[in-house]
Amino acid sequence: MISPMIPRSLLITVSVLLLAVLGMSFYAWHMRGRAAAVPVVATDTRPVVAPVAGPTEAVTLFVAYDDLGVLRAQSARIPMPSVRQQRAEELLRALIALYLDKSSPHPLPPGADIRGIYLVDPGLAVVDLNGAFADGHRSGVLAEELTVASFIQTLAANVPGILRVKILVEGKERETLAGHADLSNFFDVSAVNQLTSQLQATQ
Amino acid sequence: MNAGGATDRKQSLSVLCGKWFAVGLLLLLAVLLLSAAAPEKHLSVYSTAANYSLPLVERDGRDYVGLLELLEPLGTVSAKSEPPRWRLHYNNVLSEFAVGSTRARIQGRDAILPTKFLLENGRGLVPVASLASILPRVLGGPVTVHEESGRLFVGSVATHFTASVSPDDSSRLVFHFTSPVNPTVATEPGKVYLTFNREPVTSPASETLTFASKAIPSATYSENNGAAKITVNSTIPLLASFSNDGQTITLAPTKSQPASSTAATISASTPPPANPPAQLPASNPSLPISRRYFAIVDASHGGNDRGEALSPSLAEKDVTLAFAHWLRQELDSRGLSTLVLRDSDVNLSLDDRAAAANTAHAAVYIALHAASSGHGVRLYTTLLPYSVDYDNGPFRAWTTAQQSSVPLSQATVASVATALKKDEINVRSLTAPLRPLNNVITAAIAVEIAPPASDISALVSPAYQQLVTSAVADGISAIRSQLGAAP
Repeated sequence: MISPMIPRSLLITVSVLLLAVLGMSFYAWHMRGRAAAVPVVATDTRPVVAPVAGPTEAVTLFVAYDDLGVLRAQSARIPMPSVRQQRAEELLRALIALYLDKSSPHPLPPGADIRGIYLVDPGLAVVDLNGAFADGHRSGVLAEELTVASFIQTLAANVPGILRVKILVEGKERETLAGHADLSNFFDVSAVNQLTSQLQATQ
Repeated sequence: MNAGGATDRKQSLSVLCGKWFAVGLLLLLAVLLLSAAAPEKHLSVYSTAANYSLPLVERDGRDYVGLLELLEPLGTVSAKSEPPRWRLHYNNVLSEFAVGSTRARIQGRDAILPTKFLLENGRGLVPVASLASILPRVLGGPVTVHEESGRLFVGSVATHFTASVSPDDSSRLVFHFTSPVNPTVATEPGKVYLTFNREPVTSPASETLTFASKAIPSATYSENNGAAKITVNSTIPLLASFSNDGQTITLAPTKSQPASSTAATISASTPPPANPPAQLPASNPSLPISRRYFAIVDASHGGNDRGEALSPSLAEKDVTLAFAHWLRQELDSRGLSTLVLRDSDVNLSLDDRAAAANTAHAAVYIALHAASSGHGVRLYTTLLPYSVDYDNGPFRAWTTAQQSSVPLSQATVASVATALKKDEINVRSLTAPLRPLNNVITAAIAVEIAPPASDISALVSPAYQQLVTSAVADGISAIRSQLGAAP
């Protein structure tokens, strides 16, 4: 029945390959069944940093109000960690939460956040904003300087020892926040303190 | 065989070298030709509303200009592009142009253009040669066009002049102008050039003037690329001095320089540096200052930098430019010579703006901004950054170059604020981390203009623009003696 034209070695090779294909198919079907049995997690919501817990602390936030173009000192109680750097981050996150609220007096763009704060040198604080913060920020000399002054004055009032502040966006230096406020230089905290006094005075 | 092969290789090599040499030569020629390319052409416009300059574009060998940009400083203008139609509203006059056509309709009447109308990126371009026929109908008044030299006079704005040798000293040549002028003065052996870039100076009866003087035998008048130029031929070195509020220029030998008039340092203008220096040489109070302009007005943003989107169709860069033109006119009318740093829609870096302001040695630098938030006008002086650079002898740190001028800048803001309040304009004075204020060595302020009420369209209202700029100019004028005395 077998054609004498087909060599025996070829028949053996084809048979071995056929067996291998069948074996692999069975293994794949078995693995698929096991994978289907494992529950799928849609989004990984596990925290990447330890949650802030413990007693709350009274802090002073310098909140910008666009309608009058002023900064107002506002007391708040927020959970404050003991580590200085984390305290600074919590302060600015509390401010951002305020600005992202529906009834914000100084709206920030959706997704605005800080990537981190680094107290790299005695007296120097480096604030790293995310791209959404700067890219969607409203443009204007006063609008931008209210944001900058609000952040720096809040940090200086609650984290002693900060003398100068550098603001980065996505870890890189940027010329301006949204076309006006200069981010290419270091902010002098004492000068921002004087600016805050000007901004606290209503017109 | 080997010797023959070596010879062939040598020949191939020499042919290859020859080819590369030819290619190199061609490249060198191309570079030389490009570097010697003609400078950008301009059209200077003179009117009672404003004097300004616009870039020209060449299409099919003809010069074209953007009609919207041309009319913008003269009144309320808007354009609507509905290809192939392009409609333009100037005050109450409607003009309609068709892309690629030489026919147009202005206020319901046909008009013929010498060459076809062009539309590029929504920008309507008309040939310069057509301006003499279409502008009088759009503007409703006489217009004179010097097509060859790129100069356009709206109404009777021309400044005329006479030149004569002083009767008591034949080595002194005196020019009298009908309006104040502030030309660029330059010399070369045997010649003095007075170049009028912004003044509507026009030709005398004869373009060649001869004088009965061995020291100054003649002068010629010429126009080119938006500027007028008087070339004085002399056999002795001359120095120019201004008097009579800029309406008289006297050219005299250096030794007979009159003590009562203001001497102008004769020097070719130097372009601002492309890169900012880390430090700037401080002004030496013992040296005379070469001050061509009293004020530098900087229309912030421009080009790709649109600034704030004040409304879906209104960019901050356009509003600042309109305010800058108004402010220049207001300052000029008070006898304060003014340069608008960004006079068209171009990119200009913050470093270049500061370098240009510092190079000009102006008495005051005014940056203009516009905002949709708040009401009225906000005035700013610099919020100096924390600097690790320090002044080094006569050199000033770039980031804090403004430091010694801060008191004068604050005095300027106070003066301008007083003038604005006097005109019942809501005003507020602040410091701001706003470049390039900190890089400017003279008095430097920023003016941020918001609408008077909630209607953002007021920012493009000529009445509001004039009200604000007039008050700002009043404030600058009130402190002119203090500013002018500063090094």
